[in-house]
This record gives sequence, C-alpha cells and structure tokens, in this order.
Amino acid sequence: MRASTFRARLMTMLPVAPPFLWIALFLFAPYCLLFCYSFWSVNEFQIIQRHITLANYLHLLTTPLYLTVILRSLRIAFSVVVLSLLLGYPLAYFLAFHAGRHRHLLYQAVIVPLWVSYLVRAYAWKVIFGNEGVLNTLLLWLHATQHPLGFLLYSPFAVIVTLTHIYVPFVVLPVVASLEKIPRELLESSSDLGARPWQTFLRVVLPLSLPGVISGATFAFLLSFGDFLAPLLLGGPSSVMIANVVANLFGADYNWPLGAAVAVVILLIVVAILSVTQRLERRWRTA
Amino acid sequence: MSTQPAAVAPGADSGNTGPALLRIENVSKSFGANKVLESISLDIERGEFLTLLGESGSGKTTLLRLIAGFEEATEGRILLEGERIDNQPAYRRPVHTVFQSYALFPHMSVFDNAAYGLSVRGHGRDEIKTKVEMALGKVRMETFASRYPREISGGQKQRVALARALVNSPKVLLLDEPLSALDANLRVEMQHELKQLQRELGIAFIFVTHDQSEALAISDRIVLLHRGRIEQSGAPREIYARPRTVYAANFLGKSNLIRGFVTDGVANCSIFSFPLPVEDGPIALSLRPEVMMSGVIPSEPGVVRFEAEVVDEQFHGAASLLRLRCSPDCELMARVDGEAPRERVRTFAFRIADCVLLEQDEPRPQRTERP
Repeated sequence: MRASTFRARLMTMLPVAPPFLWIALFLFAPYCLLFCYSFWSVNEFQIIQRHITLANYLHLLTTPLYLTVILRSLRIAFSVVVLSLLLGYPLAYFLAFHAGRHRHLLYQAVIVPLWVSYLVRAYAWKVIFGNEGVLNTLLLWLHATQHPLGFLLYSPFAVIVTLTHIYVPFVVLPVVASLEKIPRELLESSSDLGARPWQTFLRVVLPLSLPGVISGATFAFLLSFGDFLAPLLLGGPSSVMIANVVANLFGADYNWPLGAAVAVVILLIVVAILSVTQRLERRWRTA
Repeated sequence: MSTQPAAVAPGADSGNTGPALLRIENVSKSFGANKVLESISLDIERGEFLTLLGESGSGKTTLLRLIAGFEEATEGRILLEGERIDNQPAYRRPVHTVFQSYALFPHMSVFDNAAYGLSVRGHGRDEIKTKVEMALGKVRMETFASRYPREISGGQKQRVALARALVNSPKVLLLDEPLSALDANLRVEMQHELKQLQRELGIAFIFVTHDQSEALAISDRIVLLHRGRIEQSGAPREIYARPRTVYAANFLGKSNLIRGFVTDGVANCSIFSFPLPVEDGPIALSLRPEVMMSGVIPSEPGVVRFEAEVVDEQFHGAASLLRLRCSPDCELMARVDGEAPRERVRTFAFRIADCVLLEQDEPRPQRTERP
C-alpha cells in the first residue's frame, strides 16, 4: 500500500524532475553562489578571501560613482519605456482595431526584427549614427548642418534609440493582446452612451489595456536596465550602464566579490520593480 | 373569417398627431452580396413598446443596430422626431441600447457605469449623483452602487445596464435580446418589470427577441421579421388571432396548418369539406389548437365535426395538448382544458369562423387529395 502510493508519487514527479533540476542547477545554485561571493572580499593579490564582510556593500554605498551609474541606468531604461510606449501603443492600437486584412502582415513585421541578431541591429545604428554615417551624410548633403553631429553616436541618445528599437516589440505584443481582449460591445456601448471616440479611448480602451501596458513596460524596463551591449557598442563614457560595471568587475578588475555585490543590488532593484508592477497588474486585472 | 392584416396599432397613450417619434423609411442593409434588410418602413410612436420578433438571421438585430448607429444603412432614412439621424454618429443619437451581453464596463463600479453617459457629456457632479441614484433606485440597485460588475449576478447586471441607458432619458430605448441570458423564472419576472418600467417612464422601447411568447407577453405591437422583410405587424392579440401568412401562423404560437383547394365555394382540405366563400384555388388555413372543441359540441351550422384518434397527450397543468390523427396523413393539435378525454377515438369539432385564411407564401400547385 505504502509502496504503491510512493510509486504513484514518483511517477507524477518524474516528468517534472528535469526542469526542476535545471532550475536548481543553473538558476538557484548560481544565485546562492553570487550571494555568498558578495560577502567575501579580495586581497591585494586578487585572491578571494572567504571571510564574511559587509565591505563590498559599504563601498557601494559610499562611492557616489555606483549610485550615479545605477541612476543613469534607471533613467535610460525609463526613457526607453516612454519611447517604446509612445511608438508601440499607437501601433498596437492600429493592429488590434484597424489593420483589417493587413493584420497578419503587420503583426509579422513587428515580430520579424526579433529574429535578427541583437548585434546586427546594434551595429546598424552605428552605421546610421556615425560621423560618416547615413544620417550625418544626409544632413550634410542637405546643408542642414556644417559639421557632422557628434552627439548622435557614443551618447545616451544612441543607447536609448537602439534599446527602444530592440524592445518595442516587447511592448507591442502584450498591448495588442490586451486590446484584443476588450469586447467590442464595450466600445459600442460607450459610443451609444454619448462618448466621443477620444472619450471612449481614454475612459474605456486605455484603462482596459493597462495590464498589457504594464507588462510590456516591465519587459522593456528590465531588459533595458540590465542591458550590456548597447552601451558597450554605442555608448561613450557618459552612458556606461550598471551591467557594464558588473562586466568590468568580473573581467578586467577581477573583483568578483564587489561585482557580485553590484549584481545583488541590481537583482534587488529588479525584484522590487517586478513586485510593484505585478501588484499593479493584478489590481487592474481584477478591477 | 378575416384575411386582412390588422392596421398598425397606435402608441400607448399619446395621440397620433404630428410625425411619428421614430420613422424608418425604406431602409435596406447589405453586407457585401448578402441582403440582410430589404426596404423596411416602420413608424414608432411615443410611449410605444414595440417588439422586433424573428428567428436568427431575420435582420432584427441589424435593424436595431442601424437605429443605434453601429451600422450604416445601405439605403433609406431614419428620422427621429422628423430629423434625420442615420447620418449621425452613434454618440450623437438620443437613443440608447441595452446589450444582450449587458456590456457593462468591468473597470467601473455600478455607480460609475450608470454615471457614464452623463459624465462624458460633462454634467455636474451633484446632478450626476442625483440622477444616477434615482435611476439605480428605479431598478432596485441603489444598494449595489459601489460593487463592480463581476460582483453582481446576471439579473442585477441586466438592471444596471437598464439604469445606465435610462439615466440619459433616451427618446427611444433599444433592447437587444436583453433577457435571453437569464433563466426562465427570472426572465418572466424581468418581463413584468420591464413592462412596468416602460409604462412608468413613457419612453418608447424597441425590444428585439426571438421568443414569440415573450413578444406576445410584453409588447404593444409586434413586428415580425422574416428574411429581412416585415412579415406582419400588429398588436399581439391581432397578430396571434389573425396571422397573415403561413410563416406568421407557425412562428407565433402553435398552429394547425391545413392546406386544400376551393372549388365552387367548397373547401376540400384533407378529410374536411366545408363551405368557404372565397375564390376558387389552393388555400392554406390556420387553426389554433385552442379553438378545437371536444366533449359537448353544439349542433349548429358552421361547425365542422370530425373523428380522430388521440395519439399523444402533453399535460401542461391548466390544459392538455393532444395530438390527433384524423387520417393517416393528417395530424392536428388540440388544446383541451381540464380533463383530457379517455377514449382513444372520439369526436372533435371546430367552427369555420375560427379558421384563418392565410396568404400563400410559396405557391403550392399540387392539390390535396379529396376525401
């Protein structure tokens, strides 16, 4: 009897064992390791000292540079979210309500860039924004400017544009999904009760699409916040982001404990943002 | 015996002076090659409870959507108090709709739902509060004002949807099968409430339903739609007692359809043969089950007697519905009050005057064989 229930339990556990194992090995264990490292330190010979110390966190708090970089990363991520929403929401709206028979084509057009390598797209912006790039050449040819515009490349501007380009689909898709879920009678009902189209949008469509907006914005924000390549390829010293700092600490600086501490701080920020947006989303969903 | 459809019934209280409240003029609607409505003309009077009755695909909902402004007519005009509204967007038309699915805004409380129409038109807060509370009171939902749609039952949603439309004092209220999602008992209760509310407010209601008993129960006038055309319109009693066509006779209530042929003023229909003062030719007659007589049958002229076997009996409480077999190819239904007859074969009868001569909707060249 007992053996058979044990067997039954084993049989139900067996198929889920590999994914659990995967998560334990490649997610949970590294995080634990990261957490441990963040309380260790390195000596002057770059040997890791395994005594528990808060020195890394104190160093982070007392060195303004780290705070500056974190704030800059948040600011860039926020700009990307705003830009992505400004571009993505109207596109999603059109896709959901007015695209008609071109819907599928347009939908594909939104998704296709996701298939193209991140690197290729980042380099494309380099080609566009460079001193002898597409944009500057055009501006010079039009005599709109005498000298190539230098702020285009190696600036937060370039990073924001590139990240927006890359993460717009992550905003469009959830917004389309939430717009398509709105019953069409609600729009008719709103119009029937005397609401002009813009009133229907502000009072019915926008509030009901907020869950999609929140999840899309969360995607774009977190992915941008932790981005490493765009600032590396297109950003100058003025647009170093927190992921670059982590990469340096683990690489050139060879200070794994400090790098781990920065990573833990990033993780805490991400978890905090996620918990807030999830709560928001749940509230809107039930309301 | 009457063959003509009744004249259009006037509105409930107001006289027929001046133009109709709502006038539908030769309205047609096509979706692509599919003609859904074909030159519909209809006047709706002030304070009238009008029902658009028809099966699915008859065009009744499309007609309602044309009046509301969700669809554009392919041809024709719609006038409200003499002014064209068919060229205006839905949000400018002083008509409001109660949707089959209620279409309450899920992110707004009952109060905010009801306040929506006033709020988008920029009415003041105090005015909105008074009016919304009054409207919610009318449908007995005032204690639910702070609830959300997901927290109330189907019947309550129905009431909120009603209040939400009525709070704007529409000239005409459109109701698109509003009761079809409710269970049977609640439905009858809501029919009474709707009717009472409509009388109290004096607002013209256009009610769409596929349920003929619902239509008969609550309407001042029924417009029966069939394949995008008006089959017949009239007061419930008239349309029931004097169906104009075979379709109308079958759709409204139960009806025995008897086809036959008239020669020299004598109708020969299946086993029956009786004098009928109409032109020679094929005929179709409707006989309601309740006009069938059994038991004591008066012996007077104009009564047709026949023998029939009772094949089946359905007990409905106050009355029973019998299936009679008069001949191998002729079955009729009879409604009998009280106790049903015990003998299997017995005598039934009907008055010739109770037969309703129907228009031949589809030509039937073949003769029924004579008895």
